[in-house]
Amino acid sequence: MLVFGIALCANLVTRRPYAEQYREAVAARPSAEFPLGTDALGRDRLSRLLYGTRSSLLLAPAAAFIATVIATSLGGFFAFLGGTWERAFAAFTDAFISLPWFFVLITIRALLPLNVEPVTSAVITFGLLGLLGWPLSARIIRAGTRTFLTSDYFLQARASGIGTGPLLCKHLGPNLRPLVLAQFWISIPVFILSEANLSLLGLGVAEPLPSWGSLLRELESLGALTGHPVVLLPAVLLVAVVSCFQLLLQYPEEAT
Amino acid sequence: MRILATTLVLGFLSATMLRFSPGFDFDEREMDIRLNAETKTLARVERAREKDLASFYAGYLKAGLSGDLGMSRSFNQPVVQLIRDRLPLTLVSLLYGVGGGIALGLALASAIVLLRTASLEAVSSIASGLFLCVPSGVIALLFLWTGANGRWAIPLVVFPHVYRYVRNLLGVAQSSPHVLTAIAKGLSPARILTRHLLLPLTPELASVAGMAVMLAFGASIPIEVISDSPGIGQLVCQAALGRDLPLLIAITMMVAILTMVTNGIGDTFLEVQRVQ
Repeated sequence: MLVFGIALCANLVTRRPYAEQYREAVAARPSAEFPLGTDALGRDRLSRLLYGTRSSLLLAPAAAFIATVIATSLGGFFAFLGGTWERAFAAFTDAFISLPWFFVLITIRALLPLNVEPVTSAVITFGLLGLLGWPLSARIIRAGTRTFLTSDYFLQARASGIGTGPLLCKHLGPNLRPLVLAQFWISIPVFILSEANLSLLGLGVAEPLPSWGSLLRELESLGALTGHPVVLLPAVLLVAVVSCFQLLLQYPEEAT
Repeated sequence: MRILATTLVLGFLSATMLRFSPGFDFDEREMDIRLNAETKTLARVERAREKDLASFYAGYLKAGLSGDLGMSRSFNQPVVQLIRDRLPLTLVSLLYGVGGGIALGLALASAIVLLRTASLEAVSSIASGLFLCVPSGVIALLFLWTGANGRWAIPLVVFPHVYRYVRNLLGVAQSSPHVLTAIAKGLSPARILTRHLLLPLTPELASVAGMAVMLAFGASIPIEVISDSPGIGQLVCQAALGRDLPLLIAITMMVAILTMVTNGIGDTFLEVQRVQ
């Protein structure tokens, strides 16, 4: 929350634009003027780190939200339809899941335009994560819906004459909520790591817009690392935030 | 039958997506001043043939049955040749990744059961949690800096998943009645681990292999690209960037078969156990 809060207030913490180049201070060491120094193009590292954190921490949950909405809609809908439709949907999700996630992601990302505006590249990258990241969640939500539909209290509710609408809103929705929320939280660290890997390969967020993944590209040069250990900061921050998400997901599991 | 149907559908889906991707109609050979008009006309004819998706895919499958997977546009080499050249390297990497990841995960989880020390459990949990949170590309960079072979990065991507899965399995099995009886009878921890914990869990452990293959292949893409290793992972990236239709379909089908066969083996073990 602290990292998220600071990233949201990036424009208050630093007044320097993330894309502005300071030609007189290329690859500068940390100083009062540039607390984290500058990169090889003379851009303020602190500013890029803060704005990059903001991009990753706003867009990854947005992508997770898209994926969860699609997963809930499709998983719930096909489980409700049942029969052949449900089996066909299950076969489709199984086939999709059988392919390695990063393979699917890289293949489809490369098919989309690569030479685009930086903001468009960010939207494409995270939009794609949201649009492709739903099958596993949909499989779980379908199974959850199926369990609900075969439960005794659902049968009793139907036998009592409750209509489909109230049945879905008052009974299915609240029962599925914990499952849906869990899928949402699980997707966020997966999407953050996927974006980082995509950007490392040059298929993610385009320059000069920063994201954690694009900031990690600086690590490719060992010289930059030995000269400026602060280039490790995006990696440290990414690992710390993803670890927090993992811990957040682990505690409810242990509690149950 | 299921594997064949899924492979064909996935191959068709990848061909469809590629056919309608931006830039598909453009052929780089048209811009090559070294090529003569005749060659460019041939390239145009070849491209026009690929535009009709259904006939292209049908022809592709027909030729594929006789071992011809077409020519790669970006490499100007037969697809079969490209895959044959690069597959051994990736298979060795996958072997390292799957073998190393499973061995490491299994060894750590078993050591915790054997030694029952809180410090070892804490160290293992922290290590697995840490590697779970590091992008595979960054792990590859670590190996690049140290000059080590990038393929050693794959076990580090696989092991946290294996460790957590096996640790949970062993944790549940440890509290089962037959294990509690074995402990009460004074059997040695090593015997309990091998005979009463790991042996009954063989089907579940076999299914881990399927998961590990998928994880290892996914990780091999950024790792091979970053460490400039000429394997299938690097080929995937180059094929996707070059919008190389025949090459990408062949790799998609190959990956689908590989993952479904490994998953199928695990499922078979589980099914046998269920029947027994």
